[in-house]
Amino acid sequence: MRYLPLTDEDRRRMLAAIGASSIDDLYRDIPEKVRLGGLLDLPGHAGELEVERAITAMAARNLGTGAAPAFLGAGAYRHHIPASVDYLIQRGEFLTAYTPYQPEVSQGTLQALFEFQTQVAAITGMAAANASMYDGATSAAEAVMMANRVTRKSRAVVSGGLHPHYREVMATHARFLGFDLVAADPGPAGGEDLIPMIDDQTSCVVIQSPDLFGRLHDLRPIAAACHEKGALLIAVVTEIVSLGVVESPGAMGADIVAAEGQSLGVPLSFGGPHVGLLATRDRYLRQMPGRVAGQTEDVDGRRGWVLTLSTREQHIRREKATSNICTNSGLCALAFTIHMALLGEEGFVRLARLNHAAAVTLAGRLAEIGGVEVLNDTFFNEFTIRLPKPAAVVVEALAEKGILGGVPLSRFYPDDDDLSNLMIVAVTEVNTGSDMDALASALREIL
Amino acid sequence: MMAEKMRSGPAAGGAVTGGTITGHRGLQLEEPLIFEQDSPGATGVDLPQPAAVAERLGELKRQGPIGLPGLSEPQVVRHYTRISQKNYGIDSGFYPLGSCTMKHNPRINEKLARLPGLGDLHPLQPQSTTQGMFELMDTLVHWLKTITGMPAVAMSPAAGAHGELCGMMCIRAAHEATGDPRKKVLVPESAHGTNPATAAACGYAVESIPANDRGRVDLSAFKEKLADDVAGIMLTNPNTCGLFENDIIDIADAIHGIGGFFYCDGANLNAIMGKARPGDLGVDCMHINLHKTFSTPHGGGGPGAGPVVLSEALAPFAPLPYVIHGDAGFRLVEHEGQSGGQPFGRLKGFHGQVGMFIRALAYMMSHGADGLRQVSEDAVLNANYLLAQLKDTLSASFDGPCMHEALFDDHFLKDTGVTTLDFAKAMIDEGFHPMTMYFPLVVHGAMLMEPTETESKASLDEYINAVKGLAAQARSGAVDAFHAAPRFTPRRRLDETSAARHPVLRWRPPQEEVAAE
Repeated sequence: MRYLPLTDEDRRRMLAAIGASSIDDLYRDIPEKVRLGGLLDLPGHAGELEVERAITAMAARNLGTGAAPAFLGAGAYRHHIPASVDYLIQRGEFLTAYTPYQPEVSQGTLQALFEFQTQVAAITGMAAANASMYDGATSAAEAVMMANRVTRKSRAVVSGGLHPHYREVMATHARFLGFDLVAADPGPAGGEDLIPMIDDQTSCVVIQSPDLFGRLHDLRPIAAACHEKGALLIAVVTEIVSLGVVESPGAMGADIVAAEGQSLGVPLSFGGPHVGLLATRDRYLRQMPGRVAGQTEDVDGRRGWVLTLSTREQHIRREKATSNICTNSGLCALAFTIHMALLGEEGFVRLARLNHAAAVTLAGRLAEIGGVEVLNDTFFNEFTIRLPKPAAVVVEALAEKGILGGVPLSRFYPDDDDLSNLMIVAVTEVNTGSDMDALASALREIL
Repeated sequence: MMAEKMRSGPAAGGAVTGGTITGHRGLQLEEPLIFEQDSPGATGVDLPQPAAVAERLGELKRQGPIGLPGLSEPQVVRHYTRISQKNYGIDSGFYPLGSCTMKHNPRINEKLARLPGLGDLHPLQPQSTTQGMFELMDTLVHWLKTITGMPAVAMSPAAGAHGELCGMMCIRAAHEATGDPRKKVLVPESAHGTNPATAAACGYAVESIPANDRGRVDLSAFKEKLADDVAGIMLTNPNTCGLFENDIIDIADAIHGIGGFFYCDGANLNAIMGKARPGDLGVDCMHINLHKTFSTPHGGGGPGAGPVVLSEALAPFAPLPYVIHGDAGFRLVEHEGQSGGQPFGRLKGFHGQVGMFIRALAYMMSHGADGLRQVSEDAVLNANYLLAQLKDTLSASFDGPCMHEALFDDHFLKDTGVTTLDFAKAMIDEGFHPMTMYFPLVVHGAMLMEPTETESKASLDEYINAVKGLAAQARSGAVDAFHAAPRFTPRRRLDETSAARHPVLRWRPPQEEVAAE
């Protein structure tokens, strides 16, 4: 078997060296009555060719976004990933290393994490960031728990424009930890005012911008209202590319930024693994969850990096840790970092402008179709349209024409009739003019 | 300036004599941060000029620069290549990091995860367009259920600790459903730190159970803690001492006897695949680290994946979403009420670490039933070989055969002035990644070695020879050499205390550095 170096002769000699009569002799601590006699009821081993054939056959039964005009967003976005990103993250030194607990042999991972933290802090406008979370949804939930610790309050106010998965993950933690989560209703028409919902018991307000419907929010008024009541403002960003052209949450007064970083360097991969970003102000560093890399010197006085502030973490603090997180999303964070390094200031801003320009163009074209209404006043690269019939039906009809048209709101809110005709449409730099033609003309035929 | 400081080569008193002009040492290349290589205006991408449009950003257009450096593609490629060379990976050499299962990561798995139709699937596409992906997930579910002998799997947890959270939330939900939420969870003192942290994150109080002198749960101490307010036990098996808990069936029966549940930490599943099934041991739920047992790469700290197998009693409480067989093919259940059960909620955005599912399934199919059993047997054989060859040199903590990892303590270093940490750092100079140190906490100065099945006998012999040599050096009084180790690494021992006391968590431009001081 290709991954197993021991030969039968090795095994025989090793058993002899151990003084064991057979391999089962080494398993004698397992109670006899639960030891398996025969093989598990599964197929036998297979060569690389056979495995590739079987999995490729499964892949062929899907319609990938690379094979169709695709306008799907709502928390996961298809962007072009430069070839060198995927090459570099597959270097064995990065791919096959463990968490950098031994800094002398992990400076590569640690330096990259330090660069990642610096990039994340820069684009979000915050003082510092951690070394990544599982994804945007878990990062946002951890941000709420962090705000509860900082403020010693336990009532979180959540915008109706927050991605429903994010809200649902928070609700799970709220249920088991016993904090309150007060969520506004989804408001695709805009005009949400969360300020009256903030009271003295409020630990934080969670607001996403661009929100689920694609709308941008000025965070300054809500930040001021939070700070007046001793609450923190948590800004959520699911499309990180937006920060190339949109004011950073930090500049608008956010205390914690929880974001999804998938748009840079990380493939869609049906929703995971992605990479959660978490950034905050200096004074809350020690309440951050997760791993963090810090700069220091070695015994020769040379600059280097280590994992630091570990007294917050589970392997030291056990049940008193700030979070139970251990493994994070290291390799996706590396992909993010490399993609961002390739873009640089100029490339990142231009990428954002390309996305926005494409979205403005598409919104204009869709608005010309009879029966279609664009609901957004503002947006970055996605917006919500109202259709004359249920969006789920339209999406299926588009799929039959080989077009992946958008995300129907009913996917998140199956029982809300007011939302059933709404569809979220995202467009990025990968969408061509002919993709837009295909969507517009297919919609005309279907509606 | 930082960059100059870093390039200045080893200072006087360093282990390597003879500095160079550049600070580089042959293939050991110094490399500044990307922020220190900024050429304003340079970029590693060629993007077209955006069309002129009437912006729809409202009043929220970004003001001012971001502060990202500009580099061309060759600079970026060289930068990350150079820093990668300061890392040790499984591809580089032996990585006997106990409890971490650092086994070979096959590249076919990487290739398949990137296939068109898998890597480029959007999680919210119409379900009619992702039937092949559901089939893949369903196939993986079948393999996991068969390997563990359990009836159900929750696939969405993102890592081991996330799986623990999932399992404990299922337990709490099951108790709440009967109107008796209960307060306490029992956790052996040998447990990984995530276990008590997870129990606390589910709102439980943690009670610690001591180990006995055989490295297992002290059965009588455990039974004394059993009471009506105990929700369950979190037990790793094989445990973190590398031993099979041979009283496991008694433990399971006892916890079930008080209406509690048995959470098994499956971090060490690599020892028992095809040899015993957790379902036959009385386990109610167990997370599986796909990034350990099923070879998805650790990636320098993730991403992982931590599916949780569940008993009949806990399966109804599994979180959303999950795949079921519907009338017209597979269907993804994303909302309560769309299928039976009382899901406790959602743990993660979208549907789980699907990219890791693809890799894990490719690994399982490659091995098959016969190969998976051979994996466990070889992992156990390799660990016992290390134990047998080193037990007279180091101090083995417990008698008898081990499972897939061998535990030693620091008695053999008594009075040498050399600590477990020093010993580990000296191993780095010999070309190995160190073993796990100071864990588990139940023995003094622990050294936990997990070779995995993907090491050859020659590789183990080389390691054994080096460890024996280092032990002899320690006993011969070469204490200074141990304190100076590692000597040949890109950086020597780093000052972790000052890093924590004065955290520097990001680069800042030199002028801001000065301003901040």
